[in-house]
Amino acid sequence: MLQSSNLSTTNLLGIKDLTPQDINLIFSWTKQFKEVINRPIKKVPSLRDITIANLFFENSTRTRLSFELAEKRLSADVINFSASSSSLNKGESLVDTVNNILAMQVDFIVLRHPEPGAAKFISQRVNAQIINAGDGTHEHPTQALLDAFSIQEKFKDLKNKRIVIVGDILHSRVAISNIFCLQKLGAQVALCAPLSLLPRNIHSLGVEVITNINEALEWADVANILRVQHERMDKSYFPSIREYQLRYGITMERLETLNNIPLIMHPGPINRGVEISSEVADSKYSLILNQVENGVAVRMAVLYLLASQGHNS
Amino acid sequence: MLPKIFLNSRESNITLNRICCQLNEKHYPWNNSVIVGLQPRGVELANVILKRLKNDFLINDIPFGLLDSTFHRDDFRRRKQPIIAKPNKMPILIEGKRLILVDDVLYTGRSVRAALDALGDYGRPLKIELCVLIDRRFSRELPIQPDYSGHRVDAIADERVTLDWSDNDSPEVLIENPPHASEL
Repeated sequence: MLQSSNLSTTNLLGIKDLTPQDINLIFSWTKQFKEVINRPIKKVPSLRDITIANLFFENSTRTRLSFELAEKRLSADVINFSASSSSLNKGESLVDTVNNILAMQVDFIVLRHPEPGAAKFISQRVNAQIINAGDGTHEHPTQALLDAFSIQEKFKDLKNKRIVIVGDILHSRVAISNIFCLQKLGAQVALCAPLSLLPRNIHSLGVEVITNINEALEWADVANILRVQHERMDKSYFPSIREYQLRYGITMERLETLNNIPLIMHPGPINRGVEISSEVADSKYSLILNQVENGVAVRMAVLYLLASQGHNS
Repeated sequence: MLPKIFLNSRESNITLNRICCQLNEKHYPWNNSVIVGLQPRGVELANVILKRLKNDFLINDIPFGLLDSTFHRDDFRRRKQPIIAKPNKMPILIEGKRLILVDDVLYTGRSVRAALDALGDYGRPLKIELCVLIDRRFSRELPIQPDYSGHRVDAIADERVTLDWSDNDSPEVLIENPPHASEL
């Protein structure tokens, strides 16, 4: 008998909606797609009858390119939209913009938007499958999936593995999605950041807070380092970049004082010399380029599994 | 209802021997031929063919790969659930080779069509031949025929033809009837 299985959802709005079985199903497909993208011909025809609109209402390089590449590797037709060159500037509403795009018979929307909840809002109002590619400070599910997959590749199993997320948690959708994803897979998650960059009531998510960076790194098997998001900061959250770098920056000198050096991850874009030094980013401890490669495979898996749902529902 | 035994291990042993003789006759001295087992159920048969060619005909080191055609299937989004992909292991060059594609049962021909499409990702073989143990000859939906076939079976559409590999080298070929309404 051929084994088969489906996701429990037809949209990917956030990790919160996924079950651990969903995540493991996505990972098992990710392994297959990783093999595909390492073939001499990296393209398969599975999504040849599907049109995908990448709607990016906020700047993005990595995620947009990664989605676009994943879509093209699966042979989907792709249209790209960026807010800066659109009729949004002429006063059109989000729903009208999206509905106009859907009138062109689009099956999937990959949505990046600065407002938390934008993906859910759109999913309730339009007749297409939605993948959230980041909504404000809420969730960034595919980033969390690729981070967890990259860790699982190294450790086989995430159960009881210790992952510390370091940096600007307050403005980070990656942190929230990572916490949900890692916890669903049985990992222990801690956060390390200046108190001004931690959301209130973060303890309610069942995470530990370690304010001393050296203690946090010593505790962890993996450290996921986040960027300081200056563009989302409406006031000053710490005295200076230099002070942040001295107290929370990951440098080789800091790592060398540890008994066990954790693996280092970063979702990008990297501010070299601020949250992480160039030496660490390019070191043998870094999984940063693995994350980028896995990003395409994870997104192919998500698109493939959701596409297989759409036709039947 | 118990499945009907179409071929027992002794009979399939004789059939496999004949298929290997035919393959050897056509491909000897095997200097430009490769064998590819189609995932998931052609793999066992391909392994047995390789083993027999080695033990009975002293043909060693035939280049061998495993091909999965899931992503090239034409029924994606038309099935209730997606078929789970199996690993592709194609550590061989197929460009300019005489390639023998091995599967257990040839039914509608759609898996083989997908496999032909998937092989294109790895190069352009000189020739592709199809080798199956069972040919369900009246069930084809595409114009695909085997070059080497063990037996032809006239099973009706609802019946399942399966291979039981409990005896590792010669399978039993079983025909399962569709369940009666009272059994559902």
